[in-house]
Amino acid sequence: MSVTTVVLAGVGGQGTILAGDVLAKVAVAEGYDVKLSEVHGMAQRGGSVDTVVRFGDDVRSPVVDPGVAEHLIAFEMIEAARALRFLRPDGRLVVNRRTVAPLPVLIGDLPMPEDLEPALSAEGAVFLDAEALACEAGSPKSANVVLLGTAAYGLPFARETWCRVIGERVPPKTVEANLRAFELGSNACAKGVCEA
Amino acid sequence: MARALMSGNEAVARGAWEAGVAVGVGYPGTPSTEVLENLVRYDGVRCEWAPNEKVAAEVAGGVSFGGRRALVTMKHVGLNVAADPLFTQAYTGVTGGLVYLVADDPGMHSSQNEQDTRNLAAAAHVPVFEPADSQEALEFVRKAFDVSERFDVPVIVRMTTRVSHSKSLTKAGERTEIERIPYEKRPQKYVMMPGMARVRRVDLDSRLAALAEYAGTTDANRIEMRDVALGIITSGVAYQYVRESMPDASVLKLGFTNPLPDDLILDFCSKVSRVAVVEELGPYLSLRLRSLDIEQMDTGLSAIGELSPVTVLRAFGGSAPETRAQVADLPPRPPLLCPGCPHRGVFHALGKMRAVVTGDIGCYTLAALAPLTAMDSCVCMGASIGMAHGAALAGTTEGPVVGVIGDSTFAHSGMTGLLHMAYSGKGGTVVVLDNRTTAMTGHQGNPVSGVALGGGPARALDLETLAKAMGADSVRTVDPHDLSGTLEVLRQEVAEDHLSVVIAKAPCALLVREPKDPYAVDEEACTKCGACVRLGCPAISRDENSRAIIDTALCVGCSQCVQVCRFDAIVRVGPSCDLGGGV
Ligand SMILES: Cc1ncc(C[n+]2csc(CCOP(=O)(O)OP(=O)(O)O)c2C)c(N)n1
Repeated sequence: MSVTTVVLAGVGGQGTILAGDVLAKVAVAEGYDVKLSEVHGMAQRGGSVDTVVRFGDDVRSPVVDPGVAEHLIAFEMIEAARALRFLRPDGRLVVNRRTVAPLPVLIGDLPMPEDLEPALSAEGAVFLDAEALACEAGSPKSANVVLLGTAAYGLPFARETWCRVIGERVPPKTVEANLRAFELGSNACAKGVCEA
Repeated sequence: MARALMSGNEAVARGAWEAGVAVGVGYPGTPSTEVLENLVRYDGVRCEWAPNEKVAAEVAGGVSFGGRRALVTMKHVGLNVAADPLFTQAYTGVTGGLVYLVADDPGMHSSQNEQDTRNLAAAAHVPVFEPADSQEALEFVRKAFDVSERFDVPVIVRMTTRVSHSKSLTKAGERTEIERIPYEKRPQKYVMMPGMARVRRVDLDSRLAALAEYAGTTDANRIEMRDVALGIITSGVAYQYVRESMPDASVLKLGFTNPLPDDLILDFCSKVSRVAVVEELGPYLSLRLRSLDIEQMDTGLSAIGELSPVTVLRAFGGSAPETRAQVADLPPRPPLLCPGCPHRGVFHALGKMRAVVTGDIGCYTLAALAPLTAMDSCVCMGASIGMAHGAALAGTTEGPVVGVIGDSTFAHSGMTGLLHMAYSGKGGTVVVLDNRTTAMTGHQGNPVSGVALGGGPARALDLETLAKAMGADSVRTVDPHDLSGTLEVLRQEVAEDHLSVVIAKAPCALLVREPKDPYAVDEEACTKCGACVRLGCPAISRDENSRAIIDTALCVGCSQCVQVCRFDAIVRVGPSCDLGGGV
């Protein structure tokens, strides 16, 4: 099998790195060779953060080039648009319908980009509102797990493996809520549309 | 043991532990920091953060001198600071194995410059291992300790950001316990005064000759013969890119890159029709090939920044994959000072004073960006203080000159600058941003904060007493969240013709466990003046009518915005809701 690449794109603090870690562990548990790459440091202070997980029989590069990824799971709309370059023309795009204003927008130096949603829609994006679904699951902080659910929908891993790895990773008291969050994300994609 | 996902840095820690290392010591620096943070979790190893890399390298040298194995860790620029001990440790050699873990940052993800550590290593005459993934990181660190003791020399393991921070499947082994080598008085080996150093310099060359032979036989260097039409010589993560993009090419994979195995290189080149070098940063390997008179393909690969599978593919005539068109003009998303960051209060004041700010390295360097734009230089750790003095000597009068430095950076290399200012008798103003931690690299303890590696308590430097002892005429401590108080003290100090140290003391916002209740904007009272927005707080923005709004989920209640609002339009609201817990 060739290599599959998943990019998780978001803003520092949104939990992309931890989500990437879970995804990578699931792929390992399913018997694949796996590489995960992330950038620490400066980026964590609210900058753009791309986490890349690659799995297959034999994975060489930990990094992804433009036009290579099969899956782009975006935690935020501006970052979805920014990371779109990584996605193959026939790749799968899932977008959390949320914007986090970057500093130049906050201080009024630059406008918020308009019409991101229709533009991403034209690129075949499936939208969902991860924060709302996380609240529905009973754990508002689990938006990243909802988004993992959307990734799971398009990946060849067993549901039990996901549940086991998530269960090992989250605080014990929140396991149930996180599994619900995961399920809601996955179901939203199964329906094809994730209208909130 | 089954293979598990490990980052390169976790694997280095594991490798060092397996090699029986007794002490790990270093100074934080992305992308090297996690090595010691992982090593400290193992039993039987003492780990310490040093105030700077030079001290760390000397401590490690002492451990080796005392007969035990030591690992010293740093980022590439740290080796500039530690170069002084390193260059002479090459002469003395070692007793217990001595390994330097140095992480380069091609592409400058979190650094002020790009350096190829191999060039410095070659200048220092010390051997270098270059892992290409986590498994190799673990194995090469083990080998490095053996090589260090066998050839009587410190050894560098050169990582890069992608090797340090990517995770791959790694098989760990067991720890080998290493006995302490009993101390023996050996001045000819360890007292590097000219007469003895001259002898050791010659001896170093014979050790290097033996290492060159090792380079030709170690399995860290290997030839992979495939199609003979093209042979690629590569090292580090670039090897992965070559294998991904040019799977049919023959490869000479170099994991031990100083001294280089000339015979192996010549042998490989004789077996293939065309030779190309693929290396990140450099030129290093390609220079060696040139001196061996080997004709190389012109790949056009840059010595600036990172490579990737596609840059390598294109270098050999392949075409890049088709990409999607950009869908919109996107605002950049630079990193920013957190909501409630105490640094903001100081730079707000310096901005008001139109000060000429010689700055330094840490989270606070972000104050150079809009909207604060209150830092005017950032060169290397500690430079703020020497540069403030130099700018004053040059007669800078366009604004009061103020040197601004973080607490960890002050302990690293600011103290000697301050001593110089006192000694010169010229006066000046230095602000130490004491946020009780080394925030930039992920909240490591430091000698000012009184927190040890691993989180335990340690003795904390008393900055006020130190500054006075060094000769500061005025030492004042301010709360940077008190904007007018901070501004007033700074104004008074720059007006005086003396040496003053202002300590802005308040913990990093990310260390405050119980944030205060958030604030909100009273829509009716807001006049849209924008004063709060100009603080550059991520919690504050403008709504569609230009009124300020505060995101109560982000606000930590620091009250700086309340103080800049002249219309009492910012008011305290109730506690934010409990958010539960995600992964
Ligand atoms: C010689 C050298 N070593 C390490 C680093 C990495 N580094 C940059 S800033 C910094 C520490 C910053 O801490 P502090 O001065 O306390 O400022 P804070 O981030 O807490 O605001 C470190 C370790 C570097 N740039 N140069």
